[in-house]
Amino acid sequence: MNNTNVIQAEGLTKMFGDFTAVNAITFEVKKGEIFGFLGANGAGKTTAIKMLIGISNPTSGQAHVAGFDVSTQAEDIKKNIGYMSQKFALYDDLTVKENITFFGGIYGLTKIKIKEKTKELIEDLGLEEVANQLVGSLPLGWKQKISFSVALLHEPKIVFLDEPTGGVDPITRRQFWEMIYRASHQGTTIFVTTHYMDEAEYCDRVSIMVNGKIEALDTPKELKKQFQVDSMNDVFLKLARG
Amino acid sequence: MLPIIFVLPLLQLVILSNAATFEVKNIKFAYIDNDRSSSSRALIEKFEASTYFNVLSNFPSEALASSAMLKGEVDVVLEIPSHFERNLQKEKRANLGITINAIDGAAAGVENVYVTQIIQSYNKHIKTDLMQISDAQIKPVNIDTIPLFWYNETLNYKTYMVPGILVLLVTMITLFLAGMNIVREKEIGTLEQINVTPIKKSQFIIGKLFPFWIIGMGLLTIGLLLARLIFDVPMVGSLLLMYGYTSIYILVILGMGLFISNFTDTQQQAMFIAWFFMVIFILMSGLFTPIESMPEWAQILTEFNPIKYFVEVMRMVMLKGSGLMDILPQLIKTIVYALIMNGLAVWSYKKTS
Repeated sequence: MNNTNVIQAEGLTKMFGDFTAVNAITFEVKKGEIFGFLGANGAGKTTAIKMLIGISNPTSGQAHVAGFDVSTQAEDIKKNIGYMSQKFALYDDLTVKENITFFGGIYGLTKIKIKEKTKELIEDLGLEEVANQLVGSLPLGWKQKISFSVALLHEPKIVFLDEPTGGVDPITRRQFWEMIYRASHQGTTIFVTTHYMDEAEYCDRVSIMVNGKIEALDTPKELKKQFQVDSMNDVFLKLARG
Repeated sequence: MLPIIFVLPLLQLVILSNAATFEVKNIKFAYIDNDRSSSSRALIEKFEASTYFNVLSNFPSEALASSAMLKGEVDVVLEIPSHFERNLQKEKRANLGITINAIDGAAAGVENVYVTQIIQSYNKHIKTDLMQISDAQIKPVNIDTIPLFWYNETLNYKTYMVPGILVLLVTMITLFLAGMNIVREKEIGTLEQINVTPIKKSQFIIGKLFPFWIIGMGLLTIGLLLARLIFDVPMVGSLLLMYGYTSIYILVILGMGLFISNFTDTQQQAMFIAWFFMVIFILMSGLFTPIESMPEWAQILTEFNPIKYFVEVMRMVMLKGSGLMDILPQLIKTIVYALIMNGLAVWSYKKTS
């Protein structure tokens, strides 16, 4: 396995009965890159992510994440990754601070470290006034930023973001991508799925999934050249329409 | 949520302990007096004097009495045949007809005993009378009169019921809280976030057990206080033993709840399964019906009923003052049960699907 590849998937497949949700996908993600994982609704992105983060066993094929096998070393993978699901999944009935303390604790951060991280995170996001409010009462954009920060709490090598900007306003989306870049600069590998093709342009490399298969994988620039179009939007439309 | 968890069950304790009693009172009593003699009058007066019977009316015919029973207006009908007094005096024996509404079998049994007691006491009285008339010189033999009442009037049912109902409340609340818990997290999506963390399965289950365990022990404490202060239930045995046993018992129920929660996909499913077990456990716990009178296969099933052990232990320790050695069989079974249920809870929690 190549040291610079933090994710390496080979023929990764997931079947639900007769339905093949993910069909033998092969790709690799390099250390420190922002990898865009695109695809239409139902193309199999979330299923693929779930296999990579070790909460869904592959039907066949294999994948290594952070050097560990997804089938046999899922718990080791979990120590090295952060994950933000498309559905907001922090505890609505805990405050911002409590959520941070809770997840920090699960990842085995020390009390001092948790305190430090809490302070840092609240200052970075400008959450001083709502730090003691229940997360459930906050607007979606804020929740998403908090989720992302919590996913980075234990300084993971790779962070998986499943449609992190779904349903948020353009300003928040922009701020969110600034956060992604900051994390990327600090050396975190970002694996992100999105529907927004303007966001795809921000990625170092993108893959486009259609009906469970990866149909294209390259830098946005190369993809546009390859499909002879001006924007990622057109690349996507060409591929998705078949 | 916390007030709901505590206030509702304690209200239940107060209401149920007062209402759930086996005493049968206000029995609607009617009679058909075909004799209309002083003897039949005296017998009816015996019933009127009893605090358990409400003597309603004299029915002129059996048909009217039957239709009244059909309508549920009377529970017990006493039929005194004609020549009752004459037969008593001449033949020294007479027959009486008793009809009891046995829609509620348990109540009918109790009513039968009441009626029998009253007639027996009347019988004794008549015998004395007859002896005095026929044979004035001979004093009536002092027959042994220790009554074998299976129904003890002085037994306070609250003393008996309060510990049992307390057991039910602690069990229900903890089972439902645990049973709804993990499946709720599945529904709202937080479980997925937990599953991508490196948390160990046993850590997760212990984390789930602990708060509910505290709630269960809190419920027990408040329930015991109420039992003492409101119902004046004696607490003969060791409180420490009661708490010690309960602390393990709650783990059985919580493990079971978490096991259910792991196996289900929605809170509705979990609720149905929890109810299924709850109803069986309650009705087969020996709290309302004695286990000894169940069919053999049912008695074997009760061996798997944790509530049975808890009811036994609570009654033994609270009312009889049993010690550790007395409850050892129940304690050991409960410990084994707790280990199995929590093992299953850990096993059934799957971080990977």
